[in-house]
Formats: sequence, structure tokens, C-alpha cells
Amino acid sequence: MKRHLVSAADLSRDDALLILDTAEELAQLSGRAVKKLPTLRGRTVVNLFFEDSTRTKTSFEVAEKRLSADVINFAAKGSSVSKGESLKDTALTLQAMGADAVVIRHHASGAPARLAQSDWLHGSVINAGDGTHEHPTQALLDALTMRRHLNPGLGNDLNGRRITIVGDVLHSRVARSNVLLLQTLGAQVTCVAPPTLLPVGIGSWPCEVSYDLDASLAKTDALMMLRVQRERMNAAFFPTEREYSRRYGMNGQRMAKLPEHAIVMHPGPMVRGMEITAEVADSPRCTAVEQVANGVSTRMAVLYLLLGGAVFNDGPSDAPRTETSEAAQ
Amino acid sequence: MTSYLIRNAQLLGGPAQDILITDGVISEIGTGLSASADVDIDAHGLIALPGLVDLHTHLREPGREDAETVLTGTQAAAKGGYTAVHAMANTFPVADTAGVVEQVWRLGQASGYCDVQPVGAVTVGLEGKKLAELGAMHDSAAGVRVFSDDGKCVDDAVIMRRALEYVKAFDGVVAQHAQEPRLTEGAQMNEGQVSGELGLGGWPAVAEEAIIARDVLLAAHVGSRLHVCHVSTAGSVEIIRWAKGKGWDVTAEVTPHHLLLTDELVRSYDPVYKVNPPLRTAEDVQALRAALADGTIDAVATDHAPHPAEDKDCEWAAAAMGMVGLETALSVVQQAMVDTGLLTWEGVADRMSHRPARIGRLSGHGRPVSVGEPANLVLFDPAYRGSVNPDSFASRSRNTPYRGLDLPGRVHATFLRGVPTVLAGELVELGELA
Ligand SMILES: [Zn+2]
Repeated sequence: MKRHLVSAADLSRDDALLILDTAEELAQLSGRAVKKLPTLRGRTVVNLFFEDSTRTKTSFEVAEKRLSADVINFAAKGSSVSKGESLKDTALTLQAMGADAVVIRHHASGAPARLAQSDWLHGSVINAGDGTHEHPTQALLDALTMRRHLNPGLGNDLNGRRITIVGDVLHSRVARSNVLLLQTLGAQVTCVAPPTLLPVGIGSWPCEVSYDLDASLAKTDALMMLRVQRERMNAAFFPTEREYSRRYGMNGQRMAKLPEHAIVMHPGPMVRGMEITAEVADSPRCTAVEQVANGVSTRMAVLYLLLGGAVFNDGPSDAPRTETSEAAQ
Repeated sequence: MTSYLIRNAQLLGGPAQDILITDGVISEIGTGLSASADVDIDAHGLIALPGLVDLHTHLREPGREDAETVLTGTQAAAKGGYTAVHAMANTFPVADTAGVVEQVWRLGQASGYCDVQPVGAVTVGLEGKKLAELGAMHDSAAGVRVFSDDGKCVDDAVIMRRALEYVKAFDGVVAQHAQEPRLTEGAQMNEGQVSGELGLGGWPAVAEEAIIARDVLLAAHVGSRLHVCHVSTAGSVEIIRWAKGKGWDVTAEVTPHHLLLTDELVRSYDPVYKVNPPLRTAEDVQALRAALADGTIDAVATDHAPHPAEDKDCEWAAAAMGMVGLETALSVVQQAMVDTGLLTWEGVADRMSHRPARIGRLSGHGRPVSVGEPANLVLFDPAYRGSVNPDSFASRSRNTPYRGLDLPGRVHATFLRGVPTVLAGELVELGELA
């Protein structure tokens, strides 16, 4: 594997399966009394969050601590337009502190890629969500969750499984990373949203596109709900919350149309009522809570493999985005 | 005044000839001239082009002298083969009064490397609300003929109509930066396949095309001259072609980078490619090249936009928009237009000198290289090959996308009214000659 994890496109099928298998093994740790491994003792991991995200940050922090890394939380405030606060200056500071890895969350798409490509910093860069671009560890934990339910077992992929991603694909870094990773793992992905919430050019992404949620339900193994931010309404992406909820919200009626084995996923936090009813959210088929647990073991696996000395396969990848990480090596 | 005898220069549409420059004027052209001059220049293998004229340069002075000054900007222009540049009005303070345009004009006079023709703002403070004193700027020593809020679009249809009408009184032209503001809120790059993948806010082609369509109709309605800045899409080309077909007085420019680079480059998230209007698709590039070749697009204009390193050495979203262009323009045009067989060197002279001078109503520039004309000319070596080294730029800024790339051709010498500003590819210290 590359030195960085910036995009889900950085991962070959073997890389992805190695992470998922490692995550499964590490997950067993959480059953033990002492939930710690010495793997990253003496290594410094910085959580560089330019954007608030309690969930993701906590998840990474728990993962880092379970691997015995020295953890530094670096909360960087500031807007994307203020030149005073610069990513470069922050990176140079972290470099001086001897950061072995930087977990970065940034409001600007491409900020982790820029960090990985620049000579500002020599440690590994792990993208914990950049703007409306990508969130690869979220895609990995989602894939882990899906594999558990749909094709359990080490070494297994998601070949032939049908995944439906519903909601604000346009602004969703989770959707972008998932489409890329799920395709790598052999799944068939359908994105369902009103046309206003689908990215330009999605027609050439490795997924199907539909405006009709009901039409997709019967052939879905995993239904992934995306968060819809209320401010999108003011920008006329859809008329009203009620109409959105009617056409693209998940409810009991729709859940009944899913195959028995199908799961309903949500990256959280859930907006109950609008995008998902309590009935669905609280049903045993909803994996939202499980996803949180899987987040820790997945992130442990990524850190372990990037920093613990084990090397991911440096397989050739023709996705152009991987060049960003290769160039930095 | 020093006289120069340029030997064996390739003249457009003819054989190699000698050119004699005396008292700032081309005094003789012929084969094997026996005239004696103070300085002899061997121009074997060099093309003699009329001094280039840029309709669209950002010189940054007053206000952002850390990025560029009139002096460094005109030095960069000279190195690029330019003898006249139009300095855009988005300075600090904005060039929206007679005072500021005169200041810029005088700084240009003082520099001596290139004539600086200030562009006046259309509206006060580029705010798009109230017409600036267009007449006073025209009547000033700067004699402004081109008005533009460049960097911003005059999006209010009534203000645009009034500006077009008003400048008819002194044969002015409104140069529009066509960008519908609501359709480009939060825009970071061309809207399309790549923006969708990168999760960057898109700048749809229609945001440019809708404004151009409106403006050509307005210009036709009031019978005025419209100039469209930095056309970047195939659709814009179609609208301009249609308007010209109607016989309307519409002209347009394209930048060198829009003739060569595409939005695929943005995948690197390297802010050196962040520019307004954004780099578009390969299809757009093809359409722009064809339109420049057939004259639908009248001129190449650099949109030279210098920024200091710290404004580019950051993440994409925070980076400033624009790239420097004066010192690489002719090489890029050679690569995109001449070496591809789309344009002859006569065509280059037309699109980079004659037509821009005509649009800007600059009487002393854009003249043919012939006897009796002011000696504004460039000697260009099209056979030269070498990689671009921004560290040798005269511009104060280095934000070029061509660093380390091989571009063909090189400006060997530039003359402004008989005074060499560049010789053997190097800037001439003007103080020494005087
Ligand atoms: Zn502009």
C-alpha cells in the first residue's frame, strides 16, 4: 500500500481486504479486559481537525490509544479563506514535532491530498474527511459492516452484493469513498437521490443512478442512508423537508420491501423523521451503532498497517487520484 | 538615438530581410542593406513580429506591490514580446477614477519597458451598482478606452446596458468578465466530470454563456461595442460566432492557458491550476483553438495574474485564482496554434498585435513591420527548445503552471519605439542606454 490513505481509490482489492481482515482480528481485542496493543508505542499520531467532528475524532483517538501511540489532538480553527491560518504552517509545525502520522479532517476538498503531495510533512497522511470529497476510513468501516452481514469470513469480498446509497450524494464524501471502495470489492452500487443532489458526471462513476427509491428496494442487500443537511433546503436542492422525506426517507413501509437479509446503514448522526423514521433506526436491521464499533477496529487496522511496519501491497492502480500519494513517496 | 540594423530577420509572408531602425522608426527594409548602424543584430532564424499587445494584464499596482508592480509587470511584458499592455482595474484602490488611471499610466511611462494603457472600472469599486466616471477616465491623460470590472461580472442588466450606451460617446468598449454570480457561488473549478469526482464546487459553462448571450443582445440593442474577456467554453464560442454573423460589434479574447490546459490537471489539487475562468475540458480547448483560428475569437490576452507564493502554497480552496502569463504567452500560442498548423505566424501577429491594438484603439501599436512605422517589434526564435524556469521571470510572481515544462520558442529581442527592452533574451537595463 501507499504511505498515505487519501482516497478510497488508493486501495487495491488486496489492500482493502488486508485492512478488513486486520480489522476483524483487532476487533477481538475489544472483548478483552486490557484493550491495548503495544504496536505503535513511541510513534506519534496527530489528529488534525479543521472541522468539528466528535464522532470521527473520538473513533480515531480510541484506535490510536488502543495501539499505544502517543496522541496529539490539534484543533485548528479558521476559515478556508483566511490566509493567516495556513495548512502549510500547521504542517510544518507538526513536522517539527516529529509526527509519524497525521489524521486530517478539513473543510476543503483536496486538503489531505495537498498535504500528502507537499514537502511540508513527512509522516503518513490519513484522510478523515475532506470537504465534499472523500472519507475513506468511513467506507472501510461500512464495508466491514456489510461483509459481516452479507458475506462473513476473512478474505471475503462483496462480489455481486447490491448496495443502494440514498440521499445527498452530491455533498457526501462518504458516498464518494463508498462508490470507489465497493466497486473495488466487487459490489454493485446504485445511488438514489433527487437529480439536484447527484454530482455532475456521476453517469460515468462505477455505479447505477436512480431517482426512484422504491424501485431499488427489492434488489438491495444493504441500504445506506446519507445525511441530509437542513441548510440544503434553503439552496433549493429540494422543495420541502416533507417532500424529501416522502420520496427519499426510509420508513417501515419501505423497510418491508427490502429482502429479509438486507441491512439499513447510516453513518450518523441520524436526523430522525426526515431521512429515517424511528421505527427503522431502532430496528435490529439498522447497523448504525455497529458501524461505530467497526469504525474503531477499522481505523486501528489502517494505522497498524500504515505505521506498524507491515506494508500493504504496492499494486498498480490506474485510478488517477492514487498518483497523489505515489508522488509523495 | 541609437540606430539598429537587424540582419536576416524572417518577415511575415516574405523572405529574410534586413531591418534598419533609426530615431525609433523602421527606416529601411531590404536585402543586404549597406547602411551603417550603431548596433548590428544577427537575426538569422528569427521571426520579426509586430510588438505584441495584451488586452488583459493585472499589474497589481497600486495595492498589491508584493505580487507585481508596474515596473516588474512591464519588464515581464517586454520579456514576453509585448510593447503595450492594458492594465486591469481591480487594484487597491480600484482604478475607477481619473486619478488612479493617470497614476498607473504615469508609472507605465516611467518604466519605459512597455506602454501601459489603463483599463477603467465600469462601476464604482467594482461593486456593480453605480457607474464610475467613465468620461473623466477617458478625458484623463491615460485616455481610457477599455472599461472592465474584470474579476467581477457586471451582472445587473441595467447597469450593463447603461455602460454600453454611455461609452459610445467616446468610442469606448466594455470588456465583460462573463460569470453569472449565483450560478458560480462557491465555484472552485470547471463543473463537470472532474469536479464531481473531486468534490469541488463547479463553475458551469452556462454561467459564462448566459451572460455572453445576454450581453451580445444588449450591445446589439444599444448599438455599442462589446468585448468578451477570456472566453473559455465551446458554447461561448457559438454565441459569439452567432453574434458576429449578425454583424454586431462583438469581439472576444482567449488566454494562452485556455488554449492548452484542461481541468484534468486539477486532479493534482495543485493551486497553480486554479484560475478564473477555470480550466475547461479538452472539447472546450479544441473549440477555442478553432475559434481563434477562424477569427471568431479576435485576440489572445494573457490575463496575467501574479500572486505571491503564500497565496498559492496552500490548500486548493484557500488559494488565489490566476496564473502569470506574459512571459510564456507566445510560446504557448506557438505550441497550441502554430505547431499544430492551426495558425500561421501572420495569424499570430493578427491575434496578438493588430486586433488587440484595434480593440483597445491604440494607434501607435499593432502596426505592420514596414518602413515608416514606429519600431515596435519582437524577434522570436521559434526553433528554440528549453524548459520553463520561473526563477528567471521578470515578474515578481512565479505562479506559472509551466514550471519545468518544455515549451517551444523564445523571445530574442523586443523593441519599443526603437529602444530595445530585451536583447538576446535578457532584459535591457534601460537606465544604461539612456
Ligand atoms: Zn476576469
